[in-house]
Amino acid sequence: MNAFSESVSVALNLIAQADAALWQIVALSLRVSTTACALGAGFGLLLGAWLAVARFPGHAVVVGVLNTLLALPSVVVGLVVYLLLSRSGPLGSWGILFTPTAMVIAQSILVVPLIAALTRQLVTDALREGGDELAAMGAGRLLSALLLLAHARLAVLTVLLTAFGRAVAEVGAVMIVGGNIDGVTRVMTTAIALETSKGDLPLALALGIVLLGVVAVINLAAGLLQRRGQAALPLTAGAAA
Amino acid sequence: MSGLPPHMAPALAGSAAQPAAPLLLALQQAGVQFGAQAALRDITLQIHRGDRIALVGANGSGKTTLLRLLNGLLPPTSGQRLLPAGGRPPITAMLFQRPFLLHFSVRRNLQLALWLAGVPAAERAARVDGALQRVGLQAKAALPARSLSGGQQQRLALARAWAVQPDILFLDEPTASLDPSAKREVEQLIDDFGQAGMALVMSTHNLGQARRLANRMLYLDAGRLLADLPVDDFFHRTDLPPEAAQFLKGELPWT
Repeated sequence: MNAFSESVSVALNLIAQADAALWQIVALSLRVSTTACALGAGFGLLLGAWLAVARFPGHAVVVGVLNTLLALPSVVVGLVVYLLLSRSGPLGSWGILFTPTAMVIAQSILVVPLIAALTRQLVTDALREGGDELAAMGAGRLLSALLLLAHARLAVLTVLLTAFGRAVAEVGAVMIVGGNIDGVTRVMTTAIALETSKGDLPLALALGIVLLGVVAVINLAAGLLQRRGQAALPLTAGAAA
Repeated sequence: MSGLPPHMAPALAGSAAQPAAPLLLALQQAGVQFGAQAALRDITLQIHRGDRIALVGANGSGKTTLLRLLNGLLPPTSGQRLLPAGGRPPITAMLFQRPFLLHFSVRRNLQLALWLAGVPAAERAARVDGALQRVGLQAKAALPARSLSGGQQQRLALARAWAVQPDILFLDEPTASLDPSAKREVEQLIDDFGQAGMALVMSTHNLGQARRLANRMLYLDAGRLLADLPVDDFFHRTDLPPEAAQFLKGELPWT
């Protein structure tokens, strides 16, 4: 207990003093996960919107697979991306294994099913409410789905925050494809794992506290957005004029 | 009607429109099947400019399905939906019981409707202003559409329809969820739209409203069109099909 409280106080000191090594790790974490979510959003939102309106043989199977991939273990994603990017893999010539780029790719793959599955559900629900009316106004099905993404933008943002929370907190994929190289690919989760195994509990704890803080801020933002979404939306009132 | 042999006239019919009024849309023995269930059967009717049609019938009789079929939201599974040969197809708009407004401002909702209707960008601003003025919502233009009251939302939906200047306006129980004062305002606007030359096709449960707004009544029963009559005939003829007579009696028990 004594060691724990001592570690916590050193950890808080590290945070308070804005320790350079600590903030470098935090910054890389945020950069990698933000980029991954932006890329994942590009694919995931379109995929989800399209799946909400597309009708083709095997549609139910695709949706089933997508929903299964919601529980995709990050180490599996790490392994697959590792196999693709390793020197003997099909994309080995890119030479990006053990770089932040590889970590971005892995986390993007991790969040695409999450974003797509939640978006599909969101658009499906919104279509039930307004699909007929949009069709009566002349919007095709895919256009309706895209309009509904803009219409439900707060819910979409909540989905993206959820995806970011998943990306920033995962350790398996970035550990495998990033390699946890000090100053290059070390992010909060991999550093925590390493420092804990090394016995440097204060740094691990400091990172843990920051990580929790990041996730808490995201959850708070998502919660606020949801509450605001239930009330009227003043967001665009001025912008439209 | 009297000149047609019975097999040519599936419904008790009599025209309410001017004989010379141009034809906008027609159904020819159209049916809609949902799985094993026939939602509409053998519907033949024509909509002319100047028609103000009230569509009545019990719940589940097919009123909404008929509106969707007429508006092209639903293809017929038998028979045909016909547009007049030559010239442009009619512009249509539809008003729902609860309008679906996007989470944008009032103005942006109207702009979007005009964009979807293919109205050129240069015309949109003037049309939006005109439509807002028409329904008395100019002061609300910058507000979020969903912050409006129920009656105002329906007026905005009417503005959205007005802005695209349709030839035919379909209305699916447009005042069913409104309080009496909002109902009056919306009815007045619908009446104005009819006066302005739009053909109206409106489903309603309110026979008083049908009488106030319509010049032609369609009576649907279990997916079949049993009567298609000028409004006065519908309320006063003694030779209505028994289902329609029964319906009238149920709705207007004091007559």
